[in-house]
Amino acid sequence: MDLRYSEAEEKFRLELRQWLADVVPKLGPKASSLDWPARRTYDTAWQRMLFDAGYAGIDWPVEGGGRAASPVEHLIYLEELERAHAPYVGVNFVGLLHAGPTIVVEGTPEQRARFLPPILRGDEVWCQGFSEPGAGSDLASLRTKAVRDGDEYVVTGQKIWTSHAEVADYCELLVRTGDDDSRHRGITWLAMPMDRPGIDFRPLKTIAGSTEFGELFLDGVRVPVANRMGEENDGWRVTMVTLSFERGTAFVSEVLQSMGFLRDLREMAKRTGAWSEGDVRRRMGHLGAELDALWALARRNVSQAARTGVPGVGGSVYKLGLSELRQRIGEFGMDLIGGAGLSWDELEGLDGAGPIGNADQVNTWVHGFSRTIAAGTSQIQRNIIAERILGLPKG
Amino acid sequence: MDFELSEDEAALAQGIRSLCAGRFPLERLRAAEGGDGLVDAEGWTELADAGVFSLQLPESAGGIGLGMAASSVVFEELGRALLPGPILASHLASYLVPDAADGAADGKVMVGAVRRPPTSGTEAFVPALVEHLSSLGVLIVVGDDGLAAVDPADVDAVRIGRPLDPLTPLWRVDELPEGRPVGGAEQARRWRRDQAVLGGALLVGLAAGTLDMAVAYAKEREQFGKPIGSFQAVKHMCADMLVAAETARAAVHAAAVTIDQPGVGDPERAAAGAGLLASEAAIKNGKICIQVHGGMGFTWEVPAHLYLMRARVLSQAIGPVGGLAELVAELY
Ligand SMILES: Cc1cc2nc3c(=O)[nH]c(=O)nc-3n(C[C@H](O)[C@H](O)[C@H](O)COP(=O)(O)OP(=O)(O)OC[C@H]3O[C@@H](n4cnc5c(N)ncnc54)[C@H](O)[C@@H]3O)c2cc1C
Repeated sequence: MDLRYSEAEEKFRLELRQWLADVVPKLGPKASSLDWPARRTYDTAWQRMLFDAGYAGIDWPVEGGGRAASPVEHLIYLEELERAHAPYVGVNFVGLLHAGPTIVVEGTPEQRARFLPPILRGDEVWCQGFSEPGAGSDLASLRTKAVRDGDEYVVTGQKIWTSHAEVADYCELLVRTGDDDSRHRGITWLAMPMDRPGIDFRPLKTIAGSTEFGELFLDGVRVPVANRMGEENDGWRVTMVTLSFERGTAFVSEVLQSMGFLRDLREMAKRTGAWSEGDVRRRMGHLGAELDALWALARRNVSQAARTGVPGVGGSVYKLGLSELRQRIGEFGMDLIGGAGLSWDELEGLDGAGPIGNADQVNTWVHGFSRTIAAGTSQIQRNIIAERILGLPKG
Repeated sequence: MDFELSEDEAALAQGIRSLCAGRFPLERLRAAEGGDGLVDAEGWTELADAGVFSLQLPESAGGIGLGMAASSVVFEELGRALLPGPILASHLASYLVPDAADGAADGKVMVGAVRRPPTSGTEAFVPALVEHLSSLGVLIVVGDDGLAAVDPADVDAVRIGRPLDPLTPLWRVDELPEGRPVGGAEQARRWRRDQAVLGGALLVGLAAGTLDMAVAYAKEREQFGKPIGSFQAVKHMCADMLVAAETARAAVHAAAVTIDQPGVGDPERAAAGAGLLASEAAIKNGKICIQVHGGMGFTWEVPAHLYLMRARVLSQAIGPVGGLAELVAELY
């Protein structure tokens, strides 16, 4: 076990740190969380800056526009971005953190050349069309149908919970190409262009009052066969690759971000006097210890991924632990700010306002509820751990 | 950076695991329940020969010269095997206070340790409870500001009739002798830190041991015509055990490596956090293991309780979880 970074890795870190120190303070104000087109503009402009500076696709292959560095350097990269309070991946989440990595592993050379560079340049934004009204946890029961017509698939059906689809250019789409009851054996993974006729997106309002996801209706949408990742009917295997990235490595920066959040809470508690209560200090220390442990687990998963190419089922352990922990951190913040937690609007001058205001606290708490649902619910992660890691019999 | 176990570390763990399985199977350990010479002298020498006590003693002093990472994988295996005896204190003493622990490294002397009870605060005036007193050659008293070596013969002690862990005999000591100073505040801090990490490793071993037991039983015990492990309520209990054990293991390993490799993090914070999570994982998993076994879990025969009671003993030794949590909060 070795937690030291090599000289080359440390050099990479220092150069990146220097660059971030130059550019991050000059960035304009973030877009309103409710304005998706503005968010797209902001997030993709930041991605373009990263690309131009050579800091995009750290562990992606060169032909995809990446640096072909190790997953370890990718981890350093995430660490430094968080440390510099650089913008979050935002609308580039799907493209950079799971669709892209899937194409790196599963795509043909042509597909990699076509799809990867625009993601890294911030030119193309991706969304994820996996879930359907009738297929959530039971993803393999999905029914959106794709029928082959020459060198195109004609896709008809409905997706739901598709995050930021209104600003996406491509959708990683799971479709049924096998018989209706073929389940895992009849699924295909397609890259669907979002500008095709037959696509209708209707946003849904979340409990945060925002419209971050919605319903995606597909009516005879034509998708080139060339956009298929892996073989026809082999999409479930490809999906497992996507999910292993989504669960295994996509949330790494959340751990680091949560550490900062916890430190901010401590500063606030010191100002308000809550820190004099032993219970508050112990709760904070406990959450801190758990975050440190998840950071250790993340490094273990990344080490494994560096050896095998794809994060393992350990990602489920990490995803489950982190999402539940995020909820407890959110609760801690809400308990600390008391009455200020009743307002989404920033309340200047109240106890809760500080390095992180009450709006941040409320946001962290409320969004925590989605963490144990999205990317596979906590119950599903427990099923995976019990059956695939512990070998308990299927129910 | 490569945070997977190296080949050497994996081989070391495997070696200790086979040694324990062959030489100290649980049935044999249980035969000594309630006694005091829990590991026979020969067995203790075999542990010493395997390097258990000399792992961190420098080669120049006749040790193996490895670090905390190696010790953490070894102690996890010892915990999993429920190995009794003052293994942790003997190990720590051999490299932290070598002069006071002559013979510890090669297994000729058993070393025990006890925290000096505070004289003020909520825990004031509690008597010290000393483990394995009758087997010890020397007792290290760990105070806030230093370490002292006490001759067990000088200790006025009353044996506890029914210790919580039947494999950890206990003595009540109302007044601990001052002893001979063998280390200052810095040595005492290191002792507490390394003890939290390696005690944590033992606790992770306990958490993993009860996980294995629960999973094995869930696959074999049938109700309603199928293995109880096919019921989701049971599955999820087992999954939670795995999460607790894996998370605590990662924390313990990270703390060990953070101590070995200066500059990769804050060793103090990592050690306290690791001890805290390992304590909780072992206690939680012991409890769930009993639940998964149903009525059998509440019997003396099924060893689930042995893991749980040992977890309580170790958790007490490395310090109350509240204190560990406060330390993490302060250092965060
Ligand atoms: C904020 C957010 C963003 C999302 N973004 C996307 C996206 O971009 N693209 C996309 O495709 N999807 C997205 N999702 C969808 C997400 O993947 C699904 O919500 C999730 O997989 C659960 O499916 P469901 O909502 O249909 O719930 P259901 O599957 O109906 O589950 C309801 C409840 O039943 C439990 N349950 C179901 N089956 C089992 C079982 N076998 N054992 C035990 N308990 C079970 C669940 O744990 C849950 O508590 C998003 C979700 C959220 C909340």
